[in-house]
Amino acid sequence: MDRFVFLTVNGVALGAIYASVAIALVIIFRTTRVLNFAQGAMAVASAYGGMAVIEYSGSYWLGFTTALVLGGALGAAARLTVFRSADRQGHLNPIVIGIGLLIVIESALAIAFGPTERHLSTAFSRDLLHLGGTALLSRQDLFTLLAVGVVMSLLAWTLTRTRIGLQMRATAFNPVVARLHGIKVGHILTLGWVIAGVVGALAAMLVVPTGLGLFPQAMDLVFVLGFTSAVIGGLDSLSGAMIGGVATGLALSYASGYLGSELTYVAAFVLLLGVLLLKPAGLFAGTTARSV
Amino acid sequence: MLKGSPDSGLSVSGVTVQFGGLRALEDVTLSVPPRSVVGLVGPNGAGKTTLFNVVSGFVRPSAGQLTWDGHPFHPKPRRLVRQGIARTLQDVGLFPHLTAVENVMLGRTTQRRAGYVSSLLGLPGSARDERESRRISTEGLDRLGVAQHAERQASALPYPVQKRVALARALVTRPRLLLLDEPAGGLGAEDFEPLAELVKSLPGDPDSPCSVLLVEHHMDFVMGVCDQVVVLDFGRLVAAGTPSEIQSDPAVAAAYLGIDPTDIEVDAGTAVTLTEEPA
Repeated sequence: MDRFVFLTVNGVALGAIYASVAIALVIIFRTTRVLNFAQGAMAVASAYGGMAVIEYSGSYWLGFTTALVLGGALGAAARLTVFRSADRQGHLNPIVIGIGLLIVIESALAIAFGPTERHLSTAFSRDLLHLGGTALLSRQDLFTLLAVGVVMSLLAWTLTRTRIGLQMRATAFNPVVARLHGIKVGHILTLGWVIAGVVGALAAMLVVPTGLGLFPQAMDLVFVLGFTSAVIGGLDSLSGAMIGGVATGLALSYASGYLGSELTYVAAFVLLLGVLLLKPAGLFAGTTARSV
Repeated sequence: MLKGSPDSGLSVSGVTVQFGGLRALEDVTLSVPPRSVVGLVGPNGAGKTTLFNVVSGFVRPSAGQLTWDGHPFHPKPRRLVRQGIARTLQDVGLFPHLTAVENVMLGRTTQRRAGYVSSLLGLPGSARDERESRRISTEGLDRLGVAQHAERQASALPYPVQKRVALARALVTRPRLLLLDEPAGGLGAEDFEPLAELVKSLPGDPDSPCSVLLVEHHMDFVMGVCDQVVVLDFGRLVAAGTPSEIQSDPAVAAAYLGIDPTDIEVDAGTAVTLTEEPA
């Protein structure tokens, strides 16, 4: 039982990371129908920026903030340059652009910072806290849950309670009609990329230190799992992305705990296949037909 | 009609639109004077919607000019509402996943003062803006008698209610010119009367007078609400005048029924309803 509780808590903390990546993908996909395959690489680049600031200034939080700001800036830059007209180019072109950008960013990072792992510290200790004799989770895990929770709540609040959110929801559905109501559709789309960049950078700052450390491909696997989560959730739905992320985190945690670590990632794909077989559009897809 | 006169309405002169080899509009000239209701009629493919798209900036004419408020006018969809022009769409164009009141609130997009940042941070100014917008939008729904549906998802509303919500969304922008694309389309006869009353009341609205340019297939509706009627056929203007002038114009019968104008006397069986003055 202790083991089950531990694996569950662990899975949820891991799932929060996948959920963030999934949300970054979904925010962009639902407004522009672009799947940003460079999302992970952009997040790693932001984390490198954060690491550089931490090393230079000695302040973790200054570096953390820098990474988030850099993530937003990279999102805007990607949207305004290489992805400028991507939303009008069908589904395949943006994917190729994204993979191209991924290769460029990862190569540039390897040239600038070297291809080997660099140290990136966590915000808090990773020592497990015990609750009634059961090892549960670390302070870093708590911080992860809290940070992702705050970001999701802010996002939900923005989308449902502010005029910008209303404009974002309208633009996602029908940019032409949105424009007819005076909405600056271009700005709204760019804002989506900025938010996605910030959320992606947050995911990188939270997950990278718990793995091997910071290297140019550090987010590749996390991106794939985040993408899996987004597809499970239906690609169109933010709550779907969250639930998809947590489901993926739990599947990985249970699989590695009960079946052995060699089956960890197989679990994610079994889950994905299962969802796609039973509900091909994803768990939370809207009623409108999608062409992806 | 001096320059900058805010009361000179919309005029379209010599507008031609060419789509590849097809002339969707050819040298069309018409005007919508302030405080008037102008109807645009014609068979399918006559160029009515193309003309709407020219006025709302979705289609750029290959020749001709527009004038609005006495100024040369180069419409862009995003600027339209700011310039005092609102448009409804043939397919209603509501956002199906938003509630009715949220749809109407989108009509207030350009009227709000609080900026992006303060809206994102939820500063007090933007919260006030938000409440104000919701209040005006609910009033807008109330004016069309659908306030009770304010919190329902647009996709769940019956079609006639959706049409009214779309009209409310256009009206809360406080336009000085309203472009209505088939306002009566898909409505039952029982919905015509209130809609006609509303459209007729717009030019004389003491609060924000608004002229109307409408495209409509229901002739009774057009003849009942319009001061002027313009008939298009194959992209050309074939007739313009008051409803009674139009009803007695042989060229209109030709456009609608495919009858040669010279045959009208002969083919009295079909033409009689069009050529007779309304009783």
